Amino acid sequence: MAAKKSSFLKKSGLGQLLIPITALVILLLFNLIRDPSFFSIKVAVNNSGNSVLSGNLITIIDNASALAVIAMGMTLVTAACGGQDISVGAVGAIAGSFFVKILKSWETVTAGSMILAIVVCILTAVAFMMFNGTLVAVFKIQPMIATLILFSCGRSIAYWITGSATPQLSGPIIQAMGMTIPGIPIPTPIFAVILVGIVLALIFRLTNLRLYTQSVGVNQGAARLNGINPTAIKLLSFVLLGMCVAVAAMIGVCRMAQLSHKTLLVDIEMDAILAVAIGGNNLGGGRFRIAGSIMGAYIIQMLTTTLYAMNVATVNVKAYKAIVIIIIVVAGSPVIKNWITSMTNKIRAGKMNTSAAKGVE
Amino acid sequence: MQNDAVLTMRGIDKQFPGTKALNKVDFTLRKGEIHALMGENGAGKSTLIKVLTGVHEKDGGSIWVEGVEGEAHIHSPQEAQNLGIATVYQEITLCPNLTVAENMFIGRTEGQMVHWKDFEKRTTEILNNLGIPARAKQELSSCSLAVQQMVAIARAVDMNCKVLILDEPTSSLDDKEVEMLFSLMRDLKSRGVGIIFVTHFLEQVYEVSDRITVLRNGELVGEYAIEDLPQVELVAKMMGKDLNDLADLEQIGEKRSAATEVVYEAEQISSSESKPFDFKIHKGEVNGFTGLLGSGRSESVRAIFGADRVTGGKVKMKGKDTKISKPHDAMKAGIGYLPEDRKRDGIIADLSVRENIILALQVMKGFFHPMTKAQMEAFADEYIKTLNIKTASQDTPVGSLSGGNQQKVILARWLLTHPDYLILDEPTRGIDVGTKLEIQKLVLKLATEENMSITFISSEIEEMLRTCSRLIVMRDRNIVGELTGDQLTQAQVMKTIAGGEQ
Ligand SMILES: Nc1ncnc2c1ncn2[C@@H]1O[C@H](COP(=O)(O)OP(=O)(O)OP(=O)(O)O)[C@@H](O)[C@H]1O
Ligand SMILES: [Mg+2]
Repeated sequence: MAAKKSSFLKKSGLGQLLIPITALVILLLFNLIRDPSFFSIKVAVNNSGNSVLSGNLITIIDNASALAVIAMGMTLVTAACGGQDISVGAVGAIAGSFFVKILKSWETVTAGSMILAIVVCILTAVAFMMFNGTLVAVFKIQPMIATLILFSCGRSIAYWITGSATPQLSGPIIQAMGMTIPGIPIPTPIFAVILVGIVLALIFRLTNLRLYTQSVGVNQGAARLNGINPTAIKLLSFVLLGMCVAVAAMIGVCRMAQLSHKTLLVDIEMDAILAVAIGGNNLGGGRFRIAGSIMGAYIIQMLTTTLYAMNVATVNVKAYKAIVIIIIVVAGSPVIKNWITSMTNKIRAGKMNTSAAKGVE
Repeated sequence: MQNDAVLTMRGIDKQFPGTKALNKVDFTLRKGEIHALMGENGAGKSTLIKVLTGVHEKDGGSIWVEGVEGEAHIHSPQEAQNLGIATVYQEITLCPNLTVAENMFIGRTEGQMVHWKDFEKRTTEILNNLGIPARAKQELSSCSLAVQQMVAIARAVDMNCKVLILDEPTSSLDDKEVEMLFSLMRDLKSRGVGIIFVTHFLEQVYEVSDRITVLRNGELVGEYAIEDLPQVELVAKMMGKDLNDLADLEQIGEKRSAATEVVYEAEQISSSESKPFDFKIHKGEVNGFTGLLGSGRSESVRAIFGADRVTGGKVKMKGKDTKISKPHDAMKAGIGYLPEDRKRDGIIADLSVRENIILALQVMKGFFHPMTKAQMEAFADEYIKTLNIKTASQDTPVGSLSGGNQQKVILARWLLTHPDYLILDEPTRGIDVGTKLEIQKLVLKLATEENMSITFISSEIEEMLRTCSRLIVMRDRNIVGELTGDQLTQAQVMKTIAGGEQ
């Protein structure tokens, strides 16, 4: 019975997702017991007159959007390079500045200027990520060290670009992108996550990106001897991360309808790395599950929202978050996993022995 | 429990997901004996050793070690080492980016002040005594696989141990190194050390061992004194087949020597690791590179495949000029290469058996043309059957297979690409006797029936004499001779290697 269950988990590939799923379920149950109204979803009319869904769950999913998108890209970089990019927040601020700079060149935001701004935003993020990628893939610098450069100077670059502290944006297009599209009651950023997810899923379906990335991450030398170009695969992972960062930056800018080079996507790098880890991905590279990282992002956001809902003071939230995250990460560690399997084996062996002994009697 | 036993294991059980690796296995090691542990690939030899040294936790059974009151509970290799059990594992477990001296002494300093100067001196002494061609301050990764293996052995032997475990220590060594290892083993034996010796070379077993324990499919077949178990019976016990079934295994196919169209031709090809050389191979021909350790045989074939940085030379594939500067070029030109060091260059340990088998073919099909799951499964199934790969399922990570079965997976990977020219560097390393013959047969069959050109390298000269119709002899990174026809005898090969007249 137990054997059947574990092989089912393996087959469906759910084995790796066991921990994040369990964590999510426990968090949901905890909230259900604590306060069932936590889950209530109401239709409300927002300040621009649209009727929208509102409630804690919607807020969680909505607020986690930028994190979820970056976590997807971070998963790829982690898998291919065996390290993490800590400059995602800073590069997001740079890309966001270009986005705002373009939009600000005209009086009002129009569809045309928006498309141009989106393209420029994506290109900027990709270009800066290529810089990181080149340091990592070509010059073989540890990802954390390589991305430390933009991590520390990225936000200054963002400030030079905009030239003022917090340029403001307004208009229906910004509202539609940052909040909701009139007639659709679900916040737009959620659709952005779905879109990025679909694009990545398509890439995995139509190319060998998954096989190549995992091969490079596990054994780069062997991958090369099988005709894979590790440098190109690592660079590609940074390009894709760049696109994710651009999307996250636009979500952040449109939601606030302003750009603050200091606070846009601030501290998101640590949460993104955590999301990847909670998702059961090996931070040393190799096998990966994007779905795990997305769940990791929602777990982190749900945790934050739960703590605030419990009126935990802002200064303490980080500490509580850390405790829960340690538990999740340790529960998914190889040591604990091995311990659990060897315990179940022993129990099974013991059962067999006793039943055999009974048979003899 | 005999009182001269240094080590007694009783009723050892070990279950891995999908595999019962050990089922109630007993094993006894006496003082001053060399005890061969034999069995086919995946029989459970390495697992038994890893359970003993605390790498894996056993699910059941008991272990007693001389000098320890009651049952011994060993939870880590470090604890095993403290009890006087020194181990050389099948896959080299040293740290490639440390120096030779650091590798010799790491984990053995027991909290004293560390005097690296002394260690370096001591290491140099050991290296000289054993004739290992390495320097104490050299980074281990810059040494050849064989030298790394020697360093691992030297490290274990240098520890003051009462049990020495050697899991396939000779798989990449030459006759000369093997002889040296054997005299070392005999010396330790006379001092009362018990030695567990795992190998697939039957002659080596009969040369040094006193006793043999045979495992099959995780179960104990029996323990025998060496004089009670002739070689044919040993093979029969390992494979669980009657002697009659074995007879036809000895018959391997016919060698083909007729020169036909040239498939691959290189002029003054060189790489960062090899000196310039000329080489060509005909359609359907099997040739070999031979020479002592460090003679450059592996480096030469790596140059052909573009595995190291190619520095010069002209290459023609089927008469057409071809530029090969990286592995992908070689693959597109129809060349396949099974590398010597399967752990470093071959397996992608965390990926499944299926992904490892289809990898090269998938890369050749291209980034934008992924195979369907069904196709991959069919290919993997086919080769798991053909090569008799022992695995719980296609989805099992290849790293958890036994050493010999990992080797078969990589072989499957290259056979699947159906290259025109296949380079096999030590394809039978770590492979059991039965399968070894099967692979030799397969090589000859591919050459005769599919007209594949094959370069076959092996540290066993007999194996090369059986399969190759032309042998290229190397010394000091230079080609010093080429043997064909009736020159293909062991004596002639040895003479050419040693530098006699050609
Ligand atoms: N870590 C592991 N996880 C899962 N299965 C394993 C693991 N290690 C070994 N096995 C399985 O246990 C069985 C015995 O493997 P083992 O390595 O002991 O074989 P072996 O006798 O040493 O073979 P070889 O001669 O090829 O080295 C094999 O079927 C192998 O697939
Ligand atoms: Mg083994």
